This record gives sequence, structure tokens and C-alpha cells, in this order.
Amino acid sequence: MEKRAIFSGQTLPYLLLLPQLAITILFFYWPASQAVWQSFLIEDAFGTSTQFVWFENYQSLLGNPEYYKAMSVTALFSTLVTVFSLSIALLLAAMADRQIRGALAFRTLLIWPYAVAPAIAGVLWLFMFQPSLGMVAQLLRRYGVDWNPLLNGNHAMTLVVMAAVWKQVSYNFLFFLAGLAAIPRSVIEAAAIDGARPWRRFWTIVFPLLSPTTFFLLVVNITYVFFETFGIIDAVTQGGPSKETTTLVYKVFSDGRLGGDLGGSAAQSVILLAMVVALTAVQFRYIERKVTY
Amino acid sequence: MASVTLDTVRKVYLGGVEAVKGASLSIPDGSFTVLLGPSGCGKSTLLRMIAGLETVTSGTIRIGDRVVNDIEPSERDIAMVFQNYALYPHMSVYDNMAYGLRNRGMAKDEIERRVAEASRMLAIEEFLTRKPRALSGGQRQRVAMGRAVVRDPQVFLFDEPLSNLDAKLRVQMRLEIRRLHQRLKATSVFVTHDQVEAMTLADTVVVMSKGEIQQVGSPTDVYRKPTTTFVASFIGSPAMNLMPGRVVGRGMVEIANAGTLAFDAGQFMVGEGDQVEVGVRPEDWALFTSGEGGLAFRREFVEELGATRLVHGSAGAAPIVVAIPSGANDPETRDARLVAKAQAVHLFSSATGRTLRPA
Repeated sequence: MEKRAIFSGQTLPYLLLLPQLAITILFFYWPASQAVWQSFLIEDAFGTSTQFVWFENYQSLLGNPEYYKAMSVTALFSTLVTVFSLSIALLLAAMADRQIRGALAFRTLLIWPYAVAPAIAGVLWLFMFQPSLGMVAQLLRRYGVDWNPLLNGNHAMTLVVMAAVWKQVSYNFLFFLAGLAAIPRSVIEAAAIDGARPWRRFWTIVFPLLSPTTFFLLVVNITYVFFETFGIIDAVTQGGPSKETTTLVYKVFSDGRLGGDLGGSAAQSVILLAMVVALTAVQFRYIERKVTY
Repeated sequence: MASVTLDTVRKVYLGGVEAVKGASLSIPDGSFTVLLGPSGCGKSTLLRMIAGLETVTSGTIRIGDRVVNDIEPSERDIAMVFQNYALYPHMSVYDNMAYGLRNRGMAKDEIERRVAEASRMLAIEEFLTRKPRALSGGQRQRVAMGRAVVRDPQVFLFDEPLSNLDAKLRVQMRLEIRRLHQRLKATSVFVTHDQVEAMTLADTVVVMSKGEIQQVGSPTDVYRKPTTTFVASFIGSPAMNLMPGRVVGRGMVEIANAGTLAFDAGQFMVGEGDQVEVGVRPEDWALFTSGEGGLAFRREFVEELGATRLVHGSAGAAPIVVAIPSGANDPETRDARLVAKAQAVHLFSSATGRTLRPA
């Protein structure tokens, strides 16, 4: 049922909307429009003159192999983070769902990493894996792994993936746990009586019934990897070594802030903006319809 | 098919609640046994222990000759119909029924044959490709029964399968379950709180209260010869009238400030002066305007039910309900004499609530 509030005047409703509108305009529409505007401009190296160049920034971007490299890094990074954070979270949620002693403490502890800021999470992992001092790095050395994320691109990627997964698992865990709780007990019991052992029960009953949750998390996680992992990458690898961990969003930052190419960086962020709009549209479309079973 | 035998089965939940207090019961092969009792009496817990969905704290459960205490539900060869149907929402009706057979690695054509047969029997053939959410409550319950039937299990378990249906559908499904049982002759255990369901479906009714089995008997037995005041007041609608009394002579019991009733002295082990609970079913009373004997009855109000009318009132301090079939004599006066046949008077021990009929 729809609930309608009746206002006698015109002013109050607008007044109530004002704070949210102000925030949205100030922190979203205005910077976004600035980015679009800036993506049509070229500045010289010292910022003294600006020239309107239409789509030249986009053209040079799409002709630049480095941009495609950042795209493939992002694709790899997001695939790894999404797959690992979803599957680890699902595993943990499935285990927490079975009522075991201390389940509450277990659940609470699992949620903690989500409260840690990305940059701090990155630093934590950086410490542990720092080639010369880090505990884990030393352990790896002892077992003959020549661990060095500062020089080895795969090691660097592993490190940022681990940090990003670690942070995202708790979020996914919460949703999976809620999803599991929504599956009627009797359906699982019926499957048990129907002769399905736990493993088969999981794949034929629980997993399909979780599919709406899984799909929702998939979209949310991709968005997370695209944008919010910036802090982790900046703290751990700064996109290196040799741009092996420079994702699209990190490239926006490094080209614009560090490289001074404001126009090119703005063009990149406009492309990213388009991507996230597309993702959100997909999400809304499917969440509205629900992933049906 | 197989028998089910319970030997002093107990269930204590974490936190110390004793849901079932040592139930012993023998369910013969091919019988239809109904566990009946109010909510919280332990009937569902008992059923779930037979299914293997709850662990057994102590005692043994046998299906056939096999002790199943530590055997997984999937290995017990049972089928269960749940109150909320518990259909797999993401599977078609066909797949719902085939699921248990596939889990057992049955050949595809045999699965097809069995599903076809069961769906014909339950008249759900036209729904086979639909998902459960596209079905009505009654249709869903039929699918749930179909899922049980195709398995051809040793024992059928029913956990209040009709209580989510509306009244009309419930009667219809009740008949269908009865028909199904007559056809399959499968050992069935059916849990319900509805005495009409119990009376109409059961070969044997097991009345439970507070985790204990009160009485095991045929529907007629539990109605005609209740062994405890609980059974007496639980079975029958409206409930049996119970009032405190004192045995005053051979075959005579006195109700304080109301009069005396005759009972069949050969049926009960009582001595003069014993304090007893006297039970008479509402339909066993007769009302007269005048006369000797019986109880002084003061009429308060009437409920008209069509086929019968219920006259509420009191005899001494005891509240009384009298059921009079329409067309039978009702004096309609405020004060009347209340009489019951000696065979219709039940006596229970005041101390224990157990029947005073010799075992």
C-alpha cells in the first residue's frame, strides 16, 4: 500500500528535499559535469592555456595500448576478486548457517573487516607481505618462494587481490547468510528425506535458491572492484610494478593527478561513469524482475 | 512396507526442555496411525525423530527390524509430507517428484513411469511442467503427496499436511489421503491437532499431551473409553463435561448441590466415599422438566448449530453443556432435570486423572 504524506504548503517538501539534493548536486552532478567538460579540453604542461578539442582525448585514449592494458588488468583483477570473495563468503556462510556453538561470535568476527577502510586494509596486507620485513613474506622465503611484489607483477596482483577479497568477503557473507536464512528449513529437510546428501543438497537446492542473492552480489562486487579498491591499490602497489596492477580507476588518478593529463584522465572517468551506469541499469532491471526460479 | 517401533523414546532439547518423555509405541505394518494432541505436546517432535530430522536423546526407534537412531534421513527409506508443502520452488512439478528418484540413481524410464502413475492417481498430470508457485494450495499439497508416493517408501510421514488448506479443501484432501492409503496400504504416521482428521483417518489414534502418550486406541476407543481426563476433554466437540463427585453407593455418584447420577458399577473399580471426576458427553445427556433422580440443571444460554443445539448451564458448581439433536425434546425451562444413561457415565480418579476402568 502506498503511503502519502500531505503537505499544506509548497515550501516544506522542497525544504526537506534540499539537503539530499544539495549533496547529490555538489558531490555528484557537478563533478560529473566538470569531468565531461574537461574531457573535451587539453591543457599544456604548465596549466597556462586550455584548448577545446572535442573528442581528441577519447581518440588518443582509445589509440593508446596502455589503456587497453589497464582494461585487461581490471578484467583480471575484478574476475579474481569477485570469484574468490563470492566463493569464500558462500563457503563461510554455509558453515555459519549450520547451528554450531559460538556461531554468533563467529559471525560477528567475520563482519569486522568490512569496517576497515580500504587504504588501511591495504597497509595491513602490505606489512604482512613486505618483501624484507613482512611476516608472511619471510615465511614464503623460507619455503623457497622468491616473494617480491615490488618487482614481480603476479605477486603484486596476488597481494592486491588478497587484500580486496579479504575486505569484501564480510559484505558478501552477510548477504549470503541472509539469503540462506530465507530458504525454508523444511525444503532442505525434504531434500534430505528425498535421499540427497549434504553436498548434493547444496548444489541442487541451496545454490539455485540463492541465485538472486548471488546475482545481486555479483553486480555489487564488480562495482566494488572497479572503484572502491582504489585505496588498496594506492596503498599497496601504486599501480606497479610496471603498471601490472594499474586498474582503470587507478589510471584515472595516476594520469590526472600524477601525470597532469587532466583531459585524458577526465575522458577515462567519463568512460568509467558510463560503465557504472550500465552496470547499475543491468542490476535494477534484473533485481526488479528478480532472477526467477 | 514396514512397521515402526518406538521404545521409551525421549527428546530433550538444548536448554533442558523435555519435548518427549519416554514414548513407547508400536505402529504395525500397513496401519494408519495418527498422533493427536494440542500444539506443544511433542507429536511433531516424535514424527521428526522417526524421520531423522531430530536426534533421539534416549530410547530406540526401529523401522522394520532396523534400529534407525543413527541413520541419516536419506537412508531411512521414508517419505514425508510437510505442513508448508516444502516443494522445491525452482523445480517443475515433474522435477519435484523425480528428485528423490534421481538421487537414488533410478533409470530414467522408470522415473517417468512412476511420476506418470502418481500424477494420474493424484490428478496433477496437467501441472507437470509448472513451477510450484503457479499452483494453488491444494494442488501443491497433491504434488507433495505425489513426491512421497513415487518413492514407494517403507513409511509415509505426514506433518499436519492439511492445516494450511481452507476448510472445504481440507475435507476433500482428507478423503483423498484415506483413499490413497486404502490403495497403497503403506504404513503411515500422521500428525495433527485436529481431532476430526484424527478420527476420520486413523486406524489407531495416539493422543499426546505434554510430551507423554495419553492413550493409544481405535477412534471409537478413544471416544468411548478415554483413559484420562485429558483424552476425555480433548476428544469430542464440544468437550466432555467433567465435574467432581463422590461415590455414594453401588453404582451411584453424587455431584455436590446438584443430585446423583447412576453409573455402570461393573465397569469401574471404586469404593463408597471415593472422590472421583465424573465425565458425561454433551450428547449423552437428556433434559426433562420434572421427575426424580438426575441433576438439577440451571439453563443459561443456547447455541443453535442447525443439526444440534447446545444448551449451556450448570449443575451445582459445575458448568454443563448439553447437546440436543434438532427435533429431540428440549423443555426450554430455566430449571430442569439432567439425566444420563448409566453406560454413558465415565469415572476418573480425582488424584491422577486416570480412568477407574480396570485395565
